[in-house]
Formats: sequence, structure tokens, C-alpha cells
Amino acid sequence: MAEVTYLEAIREALFEEMERDANVFCLGEDIGAYGGAFKVTEGLLAKYGEQRVIDTPISETAIVGAAAGAAHMGMRPVVEMQFIDFIANAYDMLTNYVATARYRAFLPCPMVVRGPSGGYVRGGPFHSQNPEAGFVHTPGLKVVYPSTAEDAKGLLKAAIRDEDCVLFFEHKYLYRRIKGTMPAGDHVVPIGKARVAREGSDLSIITYAATVWKALEAAEQLEKEDGLSVEVLDLRTLAPLDDDAIVATVKKTNRVLIVHEDTRTGGIAGEITARINEMAFEWLDAPVLRVTAHDIPLPYAPALEDFVLPQTADVVLAARRLADY
Amino acid sequence: MATRAKGGRAAPARPAGTFDPETPGSAAALLTREQKLELYYWMRLTRTLEERLVALYRQTKVVGGLFRSLGQEADAVGSCYALEQRDVMSPLIRNLGAMLVKGATPVEVLKQYMAKGDSPTRGRELNIHFGDIGEAGETRGFLGQISPLGDMVPVMAGVTLSFRMRGEDRVGLVYVGDGATSTGAFHEGINFAAVQRCPLVVVIENNGYAYSTPTSRQTLAKRFVDKAAGYGIPGEQADGNDVLATYDVTKRAVARARRGGGVSLIELMTYRRKGHAEHDNQSYVPAGEIERWAAENDPLDRYVRRLTTEMAVEATELAAIDARVTQEVDEATDVAEASAFPEALDALTGVYAEPPAASPLWFREGGRGGVTASERATDGWGVYKPDAKTESRVSQEDA
Ligand SMILES: Cc1ncc(C[n+]2csc(CCOP(=O)(O)OP(=O)(O)O)c2C)c(N)n1
Ligand SMILES: [Mg+2]
Repeated sequence: MAEVTYLEAIREALFEEMERDANVFCLGEDIGAYGGAFKVTEGLLAKYGEQRVIDTPISETAIVGAAAGAAHMGMRPVVEMQFIDFIANAYDMLTNYVATARYRAFLPCPMVVRGPSGGYVRGGPFHSQNPEAGFVHTPGLKVVYPSTAEDAKGLLKAAIRDEDCVLFFEHKYLYRRIKGTMPAGDHVVPIGKARVAREGSDLSIITYAATVWKALEAAEQLEKEDGLSVEVLDLRTLAPLDDDAIVATVKKTNRVLIVHEDTRTGGIAGEITARINEMAFEWLDAPVLRVTAHDIPLPYAPALEDFVLPQTADVVLAARRLADY
Repeated sequence: MATRAKGGRAAPARPAGTFDPETPGSAAALLTREQKLELYYWMRLTRTLEERLVALYRQTKVVGGLFRSLGQEADAVGSCYALEQRDVMSPLIRNLGAMLVKGATPVEVLKQYMAKGDSPTRGRELNIHFGDIGEAGETRGFLGQISPLGDMVPVMAGVTLSFRMRGEDRVGLVYVGDGATSTGAFHEGINFAAVQRCPLVVVIENNGYAYSTPTSRQTLAKRFVDKAAGYGIPGEQADGNDVLATYDVTKRAVARARRGGGVSLIELMTYRRKGHAEHDNQSYVPAGEIERWAAENDPLDRYVRRLTTEMAVEATELAAIDARVTQEVDEATDVAEASAFPEALDALTGVYAEPPAASPLWFREGGRGGVTASERATDGWGVYKPDAKTESRVSQEDA
């Protein structure tokens, strides 16, 4: 099987799902003739035509709202946010309308909102955001954020088939940097299941998205320099969280470091820490630690961005603290 | 072109040379020769500065993307030239010319693009996302945009609302693209400003495209300016590549706002000759379209022709302006290139008024407080306490 990039894996999922189900359609800004700002949807228009690959006005509220209405009627819309930062413009529609539709009105809303997310790319404050935490906090939405090409494809296929709204965050730093080998056939990865990215016995790093790769890099270094055996748990899905996988890794290593690129206060690390306290406190040999971005809007200049965001050296340092505890 | 609010009725005849907001041409007719040359200077400066930015971009000295206004210089320069210093303008990505007219300097722009530590945003924000607003007379009067399109329309409604509330003789001008008119923020903002009778001019730069999307996929309205009727405000369309026309139409709308006439909508017809940003190869543009605009409707070429044929300006006068512009851009480039990148710790300053600086997270400085067994008894674990040296550095830089 040929290697494909994280970005190509997402594109493959879109092609396969549009082929499989005529109700699946894509909508967003510049996704048709241009193929999307990052070219994720390239080729879709040529194959499926303007009926199913819709270039929209710059109206995120309308795009998401229209997707919801179509989803009620049995369609399977896949929305692209040109940058995930602009999902803020559809926050009302997503949190007030879409998230509550099933509960308050017994209306299905099977739709996906996907888009390029995350920093480390010198994108400045409005092209680098990680807004997942606000949506994880909203009952009724599912949130997925893959780190590998295989998961990007398999989870997007699962998201499109899911009966509820799934927000699908794609890390733009990984788009063309990460490659994977796709399993043959209909490759679907279940939503809600974490993945052990690296087995270890001394401590666990729980993370997701781009920082999975920083954690793996740190784990290598810690093994070489400190003889530490580090387990890395890639959450893949942030809502619902895979409690079983979290508890299993706590029980195995008894020391947990949570790493995310999102800012610290109100970030998902806090939620995971609370769950570990509730579910597996007796198994801990050390307090749960966090390595996250600083609570600062993401600046543009490289020195500033690098300072604000978590780096591999931070993960190494924090892991050593944890191991020494 | 008559204003829509007048329902196409011909404006009353006025003696020649008298300014009247409802008489097209009456503003441009009052421009002096010196002012007309100044307009040329700003347009040339815009183009030359952008060409310099392209060169720096190719040398990877521009950190992020590069956005061009090639072929749109007249709409930005002419419209902003209609403002006074005390007025406030909020630009879009293609309004470098308006920024320069309002007093932003080439060196500021270059430093912004290059993410320098002494750039107006100290490396925090990109390109022309910077501003200088406050008291009239003390500030140059431009408010930096943010990326989410349309957001500056409501913000400028508020800026101009404050002028009205305080009885200040100031007006505001906000630019949006054809694409940005599709946002909720645009609609809410212009409607709010209209109802509140804010002294605001809203300029739609219709350059044919929003990224790859042609205007035909943005609206079914024949003209964006027709939307003015829906807000109950006057609207006027003008040739955006004719610098005198863009000045004229804006000057009259500004005068209307100053006299308590509230919001006006202006649509400037122009064309985006470069891609959305430098990376965009414009594969979606019909063959020949860009070349046609470049050959037949370049705003600088057009203006040079007019200056030399109708206004008796000598080619040598224009060459002297060109030379001055090149020298200014050269000097600014040297200064920008020589200036330093920001210090990492500056990232910690200014999120709030109080405290003025945040602390670095504990894992950034030897893990102080980061829970070794021996340290468990000490207070405040998990938060790094900066040593005296770091603390003074941070607060100094914030001062
Ligand atoms: C709310 C929002 N959605 C999407 C984008 C991404 N985006 C940036 S510029 C642009 C096109 C803007 O077109 P237009 O308003 O016509 O301005 P122009 O670039 O032509 O000057 C888009 C879609 C954005 N910045 N904000
Ligand atoms: Mg446009």
C-alpha cells in the first residue's frame, strides 16, 4: 500500500464516503474549483459536481445552519471551515442549535464540521487556534482530533457515518509532514477510542493531535538519556473521552503527564485530571502534571509563538519531574 | 452617478466650484495640483512598497503570507484621502494604500511583515493588522483589523457612536471586501450604525473575487451598492481604479456623515490582479482576464495619463516622485532589516491591564515548584516564580 499524507488521507475519506453514500455532500468556502485553502477537497468537484461540492458565500453561520437543516432531512453534510478559527462565527449555530437538536426536539443532526487547526506554523492569532475545549464542554457535540494519517482517514469516515454532529479538527502542521500506510478496504476507526501510540511502564503521557509527536519525540529521548519507559496515549477523540484507556494507563504506570497545545486554563487536561482523581486516585504515585500552551493569545513572531506553545523540551523536563517524584 | 437615496433625481444645479455632497465631481474638482500629485505619490508608494515586500518574501524574510493590492491602489488611496487626521479608518488586507495615507509608515509595515520586536504590534500580529487610535490630534486614526471578515464594521459602528455621543466632529470609514459582505457581522454592523445614525462610511471594495470565489457566488444582487436601500441609507458606486473618482465619492459621503447624515455605502469597482495571497496561482481565473485589466485598467497608468495629458504634469515631475518613493522604501527596508526580533519573554506581557505580565509556566525554568518530593511542602507548586532578574526584564519591557 502506498504511503499517503495526513492531508491525502482526509481527502481519501471524503472521496470514499461520497462514493458510498449519495447523501454525503461537502460545503464551504473555496472548496470547489479551488479545492480548498489547503487543497483537501481537490478533485471532489470534478468527480461529484456542483450539486454535491458547494462553494458558499463567506457565511459560517449559514453554512453550519444549512448543514443542520439538510441533516435533519436525511442528508450527510460535511462542512469545511477555511480555518478552524472561524468556527467561532458559527458558535451560536453549533452550540445552541445543533448540539441541542436531538435532546430538545428529537431531531437527528448527522453532520461533520472539519477544518485546519493548530499552531507551530507562524499563522498569528487567527490562523492557529485550538478551539476544541469550548465544544468539548458542550453536551451534544462529538469532538475528534487525530494525529496520524490512518486515524485521520478512519475517524473522518466514522464521523460522516455518525448519527450526531462531529467536529473534526485537522492539525495543519501535520497535513503534509505526516505520512501513513492505509489499511486496505473500508478503513473506519471508531469514535471514542484512544490509541496507545507507544507502550511504556514508568510514566504515561496523555495527549492528542500535534503534541502526540512531541510526546513521542520526548519518549525517545527519555529512554535514551534516562532509561525511562514512557507510554504515550493518543486520545484521538476528545468527546466522548475514553475513560477506560485513561484508567488503564494510570494503573499501568502510576504517573501521568497530560500534554496539549491548547491553552492551560479550561483546557482538556483539567478535565482529564479530574477524571483520574475520581476514577483512579489510589493508583497514582505522583500528582498529575500538565504541559500546555501559556494562557496567551497566540502571537505571530517565531520566538513568541515558540515560547507560548509547548515544546518537546518541556515534555522531557516535566516527565523527569514526574519520574523523580 | 446619482445617489440612490435621491431615487436618481438630478441634484440641484450649483455654481461650479462649490462643494456639495449630492453633486458628483464637486469634491474632486476642488483638488489642487499639489494634492493631485500627492495622490500619485501615495499610489506609487503603495506599489513600490509591495514590490519590496515581494522581494523580501522570496528571501523568506516575510514570516507569514503576503497580500497584494496590485491594481487596487486607487481605491484605497483615493477613498482614504477624503478623511481628515482626526477621522478614524479601519482597513482590510488590501488597503495598504489607505494605511499609508492615514500615516502608517513603510518601516512599520515592513517590520510587521517581518515580525520584528519593535514593529507596532511587537511581533504579535501580522502584516497591516495594526493601528493607532485615540484622541484626535494625538493619533493618526487607523484601527487595525482582525482576520475574521466583517468584524470591523460593528467595531467601527461603535467608534463612530462614541463620536456622536461626545459631540466630536469626527467620522469613521471602514473597508470590506465583496466577500466580507456575506458575513453576519457586516449586516449587523451596518444596520446598527444606520439605525444609530453613526457618522460612518462603509466602503465595499468589489475586486471580483473573494479568495477563489467570484462575486456571482457571493450575492445575486446586481450591484453590492443596491444593498444600501435595504438599510435605508444612501449608496453610490464608483470606478475604483480612477483615483479622483474614489476620492470624490468618498469625500461626499464623509461630508454627509459630518453633517449628521449618518451612514453611507460606497461600492468601488476594481480588480484583484494577484492571487488571494502570494501562494495562490489563480488557476480559477478565466484566461486573459488579468492581462486585460493590467493592460487596460491599471490605476497608476490611468492616472499618469491623466496627469500628463489633462493636468500638464511633466514626466520629470513624476520621475522625481518615483525616485523619492524608491529612496524612502530603501531606507525603510534597511531600518526594518536591522531591527531585532522580539524577545521570547515579551510574549508574557499585556494580556491584561492587571497584572501587566504573566508568569512563565513552571516547566520553563528548571521546573521550580514542579513537585519534587522535597519541594512538596512549599506553597504554590505548579507555578513558576520568576527570579528577580527575569521579573525586572519583563516589567521593563512592558513599560
Ligand atoms: C469569517 C471569515 N471567514 C473566512 C475567512 C477566510 N478568508 C480570508 S480572506 C477571504 C476572502 C475575502 O474576500 P473579500 O472580502 O472579497 O476581500 P479581498 O480578499 O478580495 O480583498 C476569506 C474567505 C475569514 N478571514 N473570515
Ligand atoms: Mg474581494
